[in-house]
Amino acid sequence: MNSLILTTGARLLIALFLVFSLYVLLRGHNAPGGGFIGGLIAACGLAIHAFASGVAEARRALRVDPRTIGVLGLVCALISGLMALPLGAAPFAGIWAEVAGYAISSVLLFDIGVYLAVVGGILTLIFALEETL
Amino acid sequence: MSWTLALPILVPFCAAAAAFLLRNRRGSGWISVLGAVASVVLAIRLLLAVVENGVIATQMSAWDAPFGITLAADYLSAAMVLITAIISLGVSVWAMAEVGQISTRMGWHGLFQTLIGGVTGAFLTGDLFNLYVWFEVLLISSFGLLVIGGQRKAVDGAVKYVTLNLISTVLFLCAAGLTYGATGTLNMADLHAAVAAHPDQGLMTVIAMMFMFGFGLKAAVFPLFFWLPASYHTPHYAVSAVFAGLLTKVGVYALMRVFTLIFVGDQGYTHEILLWVACLTMLSGVLGAAAQSDFRKILSFHIVSQIGYMVLGLALMTPLALMGGVFYLLHHIIVKANLFLIAGVSRRLTGSSDLYAIGGLYRSAPLLGVLFLIPAFSLAGFPPLSGFWAKYVLVKASLDLGAWLVAFVALLTGLLTIFSMTKIWAEAFWKPHPDGRQPALSTIPPRQRLLLLSPVIALALMTVVIGLFPQPFVDFATVAAEQLLDPSAYIATVLPAGEAP
Amino acid sequence: METVLALLSGVLTACAVWLMLSGNLLRFLFGLLLLSNGVNLAIFAAGRLTEGAPPLLGSGGTLPGHEMANSLPQALLLTAIVIGFGLFAFALGLTIRAYRAFGHLNVDRMRLAEPEDDK
Repeated sequence: MNSLILTTGARLLIALFLVFSLYVLLRGHNAPGGGFIGGLIAACGLAIHAFASGVAEARRALRVDPRTIGVLGLVCALISGLMALPLGAAPFAGIWAEVAGYAISSVLLFDIGVYLAVVGGILTLIFALEETL
Repeated sequence: MSWTLALPILVPFCAAAAAFLLRNRRGSGWISVLGAVASVVLAIRLLLAVVENGVIATQMSAWDAPFGITLAADYLSAAMVLITAIISLGVSVWAMAEVGQISTRMGWHGLFQTLIGGVTGAFLTGDLFNLYVWFEVLLISSFGLLVIGGQRKAVDGAVKYVTLNLISTVLFLCAAGLTYGATGTLNMADLHAAVAAHPDQGLMTVIAMMFMFGFGLKAAVFPLFFWLPASYHTPHYAVSAVFAGLLTKVGVYALMRVFTLIFVGDQGYTHEILLWVACLTMLSGVLGAAAQSDFRKILSFHIVSQIGYMVLGLALMTPLALMGGVFYLLHHIIVKANLFLIAGVSRRLTGSSDLYAIGGLYRSAPLLGVLFLIPAFSLAGFPPLSGFWAKYVLVKASLDLGAWLVAFVALLTGLLTIFSMTKIWAEAFWKPHPDGRQPALSTIPPRQRLLLLSPVIALALMTVVIGLFPQPFVDFATVAAEQLLDPSAYIATVLPAGEAP
Repeated sequence: METVLALLSGVLTACAVWLMLSGNLLRFLFGLLLLSNGVNLAIFAAGRLTEGAPPLLGSGGTLPGHEMANSLPQALLLTAIVIGFGLFAFALGLTIRAYRAFGHLNVDRMRLAEPEDDK
């Protein structure tokens, strides 16, 4: 697709989508939101970029193979599940720590893993479908 | 205890992630082998814990049952996990020599370990919806494995595999949702009492039939098996081997679990259907095999007929029959995966899997001939190999019940299996190669030969050992069958007394 | 409300079966999509329906004062939708590949893996 309006608009939109996706990811712990929906929003932003400037350009902007992003998400989720092992807790039990007044947890890491897995998975599909069509 | 149950599931996923991230490096397949070795060690640990305690269970994130996700292992689950790990090790070593550079770059080893993780999860979970999720995990990775590196034929096979398996998935999901709607729980141990206490038993039988359809399609029983012979001969040989060994058995395992633990209220109806299904599965599978002339297609149809024996053990529901079913399940996984690996080696040597286009293997590769005869005779039920004991127990169990027709069908199927195996033997091994080729094992480079043959030899040895010293395995299967028939220990472990809601 | 959902689920399933019986792979997939949506609706209805009252606990874990739908089926169904989405996307990709490999989507003519002269 070669449309000036879409290409210009996409540049603005992609930043908005990515920031908003992070906001949704982080607020997901106690309020509606979370890794899955955040990941979907981020993937939508990058998909708009792919529609506007082509898949090759989107792949270049992403720098990393989307499949690798997805697997890194799996790694995050696995780490958050395995963190309980040295501490003697049950598998996938939430581990909490306080750093400089902020409570951080393995639950957040799991959510980040979901976020990355969703971004990676959906982009893999969209890029593959765009390239074959 | 909780990690003993969780680690066998988590390790394959760790191996999958590592193998995928390093897929462009040389030797990334070794990560998969390493993961499989770790799986075997952890599975042995799990088995020892189960033998010590009877049944073990744990709750993910320490949420109490029936609200959290339960992992539970009895004798059957633990044995299945160990066999899965063994097959994973064998096939991952074998795949080092067979799976090419292109497939490796596309993430073959990562998908393979994901599949193993999904299968292990399905064996260990104690929650119906979680079982659905594991089915999806193994289904998605099997889709990937089916099409990676395949030609047009593989796409054709995949279309049939994917569409029919998706239908079974939807039915399974619907049945799980209705079960929850009717009983308010999805924990399998909790469901045992909840289903029995439900006022509308007719509705429970309807739901049971939906489960039977969903799992039956996965297990490839009559009349739902058509996707299997249409797809199993199209992908990589390593993929066929692991599919043949493990995937349909997950369906059989799910049937065994659900129809011994949850839906036992209307056995006169459900188990009668299973009995007919078992007989027709045995017959149609073996007759289908008799009409084929391709190495892998014959073996694919035999998977179907052997599934019949396992379902037969479940359908009769006596201690002896169920023991036979469990024994058959364990023996069959080893034998079937091994036969597909041998088919792969033979294809490598002779250049084809069409039995009329190959030959001469006995003269030029006698070792392969011996290695083929062990699992082939075991499959057909020759004493003293493992298949003989499995078939013997099942036939005896049906005779004990006076089910003459069933026993006759089981014996006839065994006879026809010999016919198919002889056909493969005569065409691929005995007659000279039509093009005059000398398919000797020495044509394969030594390193690859070692990788290809060592899993085959190891699995054949296991078949022989089970056949020569069946007593410990029979004892084990007996305990497994007792636990299935009397699930009180399972329920008491998952839902400790006094805390049940 | 339950009656409407039950009827809708039935209609979706009926349409799905009709589509799935067609020989075209793409129609089959659309049928499968409708079927899974019909099943999702059935599960949704199994968790009871309440109007205008979200099934959420108040802060501090207090129970809400109104009649509440069971939220677990909604969670199950969300999982099922996500998984179904992934499977459907894969199936769609496979369909495109099949179309490129065979030049048509008629399943009756896809006989590469099982040639006719096999019999």
